[in-house]
Amino acid sequence: MSSPAKLRPATAPVVFTGNFLSDGRVAWLAGDGTWSPRIAEARVFPAEAAARVPQDPRVVGPYAVEVDLAAGLPTPRRFRERLRVTGPSVVAEPALRLALAS
Amino acid sequence: MPLLENGGLVADPWVAVAPDAPIPDAPAIIGHDRALAEAEALAGRNTPLGVTLPNDVPPETLLPILDRLSLVVLDLPKFRDGRAFTQARTLRERHGFRGEIRAAGHVIPDQYAALLRCGVTTVAVPEGTDPTVWDAARRVVSIAYQPRLDPTAPLAGLRRRLELA
Amino acid sequence: MNAVTPVGAPRHPEHARLYRYDAIDRAFLQERIAEFRGQVQRRIDGALTEDEFKPLRLMNGLYLQLHAYMLRVAIPYGLLSSTQMRQLGMIARRWDRGFGHFTTRQNIQFNWTKLEDVCAMLEALADVDMHAIQTSGNCIRNVTTDEYAGAACDEVVDPRIYAEILRQWSTLHPEFTWLPRKFKIAVTGSPQDRVAAQVHDIGVLAKRDAGGAVGFEVWVGGGLGRTPLLGTKIRDWVPEADFLRFMEAVLRVYNALGQRENIYRARIKILVRDMGAEFAGAVEREFAAIPRDPYALDPAIVAAIAAHFAAPPFAALADEPATYVRARRENAEFAAWTRNALRPHRAPGYASVTISLKPIGGIPGDASADQMEALADLAERYSFGEIRVTHSQNLVLAHVRQEDLFTLWQALGPLGLATPNIGLVSDIIACPGMDYCALATARSIPVAQRISERFARLDRQLEIGELNLNISGCINACGHHHVGHIGILGVDKRGEEVYQITLGGNQGNDASIGELIGPAFSYDAVVDAVETLLRTYVDRRDPGERFVDTYRRLGAVPFREALYAPA
Repeated sequence: MSSPAKLRPATAPVVFTGNFLSDGRVAWLAGDGTWSPRIAEARVFPAEAAARVPQDPRVVGPYAVEVDLAAGLPTPRRFRERLRVTGPSVVAEPALRLALAS
Repeated sequence: MPLLENGGLVADPWVAVAPDAPIPDAPAIIGHDRALAEAEALAGRNTPLGVTLPNDVPPETLLPILDRLSLVVLDLPKFRDGRAFTQARTLRERHGFRGEIRAAGHVIPDQYAALLRCGVTTVAVPEGTDPTVWDAARRVVSIAYQPRLDPTAPLAGLRRRLELA
Repeated sequence: MNAVTPVGAPRHPEHARLYRYDAIDRAFLQERIAEFRGQVQRRIDGALTEDEFKPLRLMNGLYLQLHAYMLRVAIPYGLLSSTQMRQLGMIARRWDRGFGHFTTRQNIQFNWTKLEDVCAMLEALADVDMHAIQTSGNCIRNVTTDEYAGAACDEVVDPRIYAEILRQWSTLHPEFTWLPRKFKIAVTGSPQDRVAAQVHDIGVLAKRDAGGAVGFEVWVGGGLGRTPLLGTKIRDWVPEADFLRFMEAVLRVYNALGQRENIYRARIKILVRDMGAEFAGAVEREFAAIPRDPYALDPAIVAAIAAHFAAPPFAALADEPATYVRARRENAEFAAWTRNALRPHRAPGYASVTISLKPIGGIPGDASADQMEALADLAERYSFGEIRVTHSQNLVLAHVRQEDLFTLWQALGPLGLATPNIGLVSDIIACPGMDYCALATARSIPVAQRISERFARLDRQLEIGELNLNISGCINACGHHHVGHIGILGVDKRGEEVYQITLGGNQGNDASIGELIGPAFSYDAVVDAVETLLRTYVDRRDPGERFVDTYRRLGAVPFREALYAPA
């Protein structure tokens, strides 16, 4: 599972995240109760809601992530979670490496 | 609790006896410590006796009474805790125990084949268990790469064909 | 019995030496895939919880990482045929993003796997006699060995034979599949330990007695991770016939007595440390109690497996052919590459070639599908169709004619595979770190990239000389930082990545665990810190000393002063 090892009570607003069972891709709990691959669609909850993690059979290991809000859009506070939003910080795909090199 | 044997559900004739309750004149399961403590009194008993063996107790502990036991119940508190596999194999291979070895606790079908190969004969399964899932799980892999004690004709090299009852 | 469709044999090159599956092994793989397909279906149906499914998928190599599932494919003791390498390239292209990552356990990982694709990937692997069995989980993992097996001049016993016997014996072992924790075995057959035997759960040193009979020295309880420990020798000589019986005894003592409550105390190294000499006593009692004959390793079985690893038909050649000598003289770049990439070979006129997967600024251990396919072709042309994966995340063509080295090198260059840095500062071992791994606490790859870019110039790397620089992105130490001459460990400090540096680690016969030099460095400062350490070493070294030798002679003080001196 991908939740961070250390858990302390949340002090900032949170969004809920996990990974889709079917393909392992990152999932965010959206406003309509479904899970979305896009954090922009994530519903933001007050810090007190962090402990009540919603469960869904299609999502593995859901947990709460503390976020800052800029223009209404959530950005995770932890670097690890920001990496889950952006993907790896390094370029491994050969096609992309070639494109960057040229 | 339903009991699984040879891939199907069977009746369980055994009763589990509380530590301070009298032992009935029926197939009875008691704690291993009680069986050892009351070994003399139990010596004259003619009905089958079974014990539970916690997974941190070495099977050697049972040696003084092993030949009078018809059943040893091994406990898997979590299915990931594999000590019962070693206990079962030790009872069978080292100590020649020929009675029933039962796995109880949290066991999943995917462990069934390995438990059988270690000498377990029955599994206590939850109510509502579909035995066909367990039977399929024990049949899906038919080849083993490990030797075993009974002489079996190896296929070739380290491999042999698994036999199922 | 399960009806299994017979599967055709893959066409491995005639002289590639690997364990060749027969119909029984192939039937087994098909059954194992059928089992996993059923498990995946039960998980999707909800019959298996994630808690129950997780160890089952792990034992089929499937992790859930930060961005996707990751499939870790077993490369038994690092040995691949060109047919298998080509298939890995195909898998990378079809189900991943066109690349794979070779690991320190001589395996390969695909980072962008989907659960719904896994069984198809396993089928594709089975087509070339490969699988992902027991590449994770609390079971006996892929056995590793010397990447120069069958080629090394100092080899006494061919370790591949016993690594393969262990692979088979440990495959779905009914008793040892639910161990307290993972279990790693390395086998070497040379007096010069190239497999880091002392940092494995079991390190096996195969050797011969005066009469030539094979036996094994057994080390137990080494390991890295949170509590790095060197192994303890518990037997100087286990006769060949008793090999598996002794292994069973060690594993049984561990399975019965190993800690299960605290994951950080569950490895066998903690049991060995806590029991002291009593551990060896317990193993010996267990060993004596296991019936000898049923578990004896039959010499006929050993001979049958040894036949898979017979020497390929080496040509009668002489060392240093004129064409090779001339090419080296006329081409300085080629000469520089040969200095580090080559190892002497037991057959005259041959050499073992290490191919760097550490291009400057690249990702250590990564190879593209194109590279894998091209390497398969080169292996067929120049090395009997065999490729080995090293625990330092490079590849080896073990049997190359010296007269072919120049053309091989010319072919490697355009593929980005001729970086002349084997054993140098930019030949960095690094785990995937937080860019991919769910357990990581900091990134590893970009630190490796920045260090290799800082020391990009070959003359600078050569001036520094032999150096092991290892980077882990968390305390689990997949990047082996404890045994790097310089080790870097990335940790999380209040949401920020910081990097601790350890010095003086080493693997091999004089293995040692590195010592923490002082407070951690920021992501930005860690490359400067490495440069400071290397400058200090170059200034203070005696002629011929490696970094680790200088460190052992001088101790930590000069390095610490250089690192933490007020500016």
